[in-house]
Amino acid sequence: MFDKTVAELSRALQGREFSSAELTQACLDRIERHRDLNAFITVDRERTLAEAKVADASLARGEATALTGIPIAQKDIFCADGWPTTCGSKMLANFTAPYDATVIARFKAAGAVTLGKTNMDEFAMGSSNETSFFGPVRNPWDPKTVPGGSSGGSAAAVAGRLTPAATGTDTGGSIRQPAALTGITGLKPSYGRVSRYGMIAFASSLDQGGPMTRTAEDAAYLLNVMAGFDERDSTSVDAPVPDYTATLGRDIRGLRIGLPKEYFGEGLSPEVAKAVEAAIAEYKKLGATVVDVSLPNSRLAIPCYYVLAPAEASSNLARYDGVRYGYRAEKYDSLLDLYSRTRAEGFGPEVKRRIMIGTYALSAGYYDAYYLQAQKLRRLISDDFKRALENCDVIMGPTSPTTAFELGAKTDDPVAMYLSDIYTISVNLAGLPGMSIPAGFGAANRPVGLQLIGKYMDEARLLNIAHRYQLVTDWHRRVPKGFE
Amino acid sequence: MSLSRHDVERIAHLARLEVGEQELSAYAESLSRILGLIEQMNAVDTRGVAPMAHPQEAALRLRPDQVAEADQRDKFQAIAPATEAGLYLVPKVIE
Repeated sequence: MFDKTVAELSRALQGREFSSAELTQACLDRIERHRDLNAFITVDRERTLAEAKVADASLARGEATALTGIPIAQKDIFCADGWPTTCGSKMLANFTAPYDATVIARFKAAGAVTLGKTNMDEFAMGSSNETSFFGPVRNPWDPKTVPGGSSGGSAAAVAGRLTPAATGTDTGGSIRQPAALTGITGLKPSYGRVSRYGMIAFASSLDQGGPMTRTAEDAAYLLNVMAGFDERDSTSVDAPVPDYTATLGRDIRGLRIGLPKEYFGEGLSPEVAKAVEAAIAEYKKLGATVVDVSLPNSRLAIPCYYVLAPAEASSNLARYDGVRYGYRAEKYDSLLDLYSRTRAEGFGPEVKRRIMIGTYALSAGYYDAYYLQAQKLRRLISDDFKRALENCDVIMGPTSPTTAFELGAKTDDPVAMYLSDIYTISVNLAGLPGMSIPAGFGAANRPVGLQLIGKYMDEARLLNIAHRYQLVTDWHRRVPKGFE
Repeated sequence: MSLSRHDVERIAHLARLEVGEQELSAYAESLSRILGLIEQMNAVDTRGVAPMAHPQEAALRLRPDQVAEADQRDKFQAIAPATEAGLYLVPKVIE
């Protein structure tokens, strides 16, 4: 049961082969058995099974949607009414959300079951899940290695078959990089496609929620529910939402794949390059053609991002002051002291570093040199994509320069950690949709992800392109040893 | 750009973060390294480039000025560290 996809489970539930309560129980048992992965921060059996029983009642009445009764693991960045919502931080370790994020409300309305809240880098700041206050997550493919981040708990839970599907959020690669490192499918939608309401803010002009699943077909099922206009998110885009499952079967003969030379140069490990090239050869067999494109400013994406994201974070995280909710320092002797101690004790080192970088970049005398210059580079990076996508339908390349690295390998050097997102960050800066799909393995059986970058709001085509590859390959069906 | 211990103290104060005496050097070192990465930006001539604040250049929407939310003060204050009579409590700021 646990190895079935969302699409298969949906049919089985509607055919009454088993109940949502049975399926949910099986997932909860697997979560318990694989607790050493540390993929979840909060599991609440009673609450989850109660949701499953409600779903079973809907199924019995014949009122089911495609997701009714399907357990979904929610990244602990989404506020869910009555659930602890920690964002991986001590600052919110005692915080129980008093309302539902729009994403959560949409899944509830579709009848999906909240399986629990998954572990993540603190405030989504990290690429290895090692900055979590609740401890690192382990990669099911090799527990010595990281699952990537920041949506590392969701990625490990899907890869280890603890849940059929999960949600993630992606500010600079936080869905795609962990999807690549754990051999699953992850989609970061176009900026504005999925509501950010109730999704704890990191960098508001870059953050976007999306599905993390085993297959592109499943990602289409989830996106059908997640996508859509929300007046509570001021940057939500009011555009029609297609049925993303309806176009999966389309032929991709004649598809033009753009290969940016900048994504295949220095820094890319040979094992990843080899797997990505093999995947592109597979696409040629499916009738695609390849064109060379260039993203000349992509080397500037990381410096640009590490001004803009921390600047926005320093502003967003100013709200954590120990007054209205969350952690409050025990000892303080003035209001200023209350703020400074609460924040010193409640935030971890990476979050503090980013708040300070952002504060510095926005401070008097430095704004033009840092923030304004970064915004101008953002324009150049975005224009590169616009030009490249005039000559092709999709851009392909590696998701991450290496396969999963070992725990502790990069924790002493923030800059080395940042380079893990070198191929994903520019997509957030441009606001485009990006996907990672399993495309083979490197040394020691560590998964490699193929990245697909599409035109704005072209998620349906990306999912179609990914699905066609998954029909002729079986990388996405491989199960880590010990999780069969 | 290399930050001094004094710079870190000033930034930490602006960010309302207490940074202990013994942490100043470590932060000065790691923040300087990040700024070193960021300074690759300076090599690019961006004269005449319009800054981009938002991926799709969308203008903020306006909505009618109508009550859309019910009062949930008690629910929201139930998770506050300290409240009294519907107010949030903080240390005394006016003598």
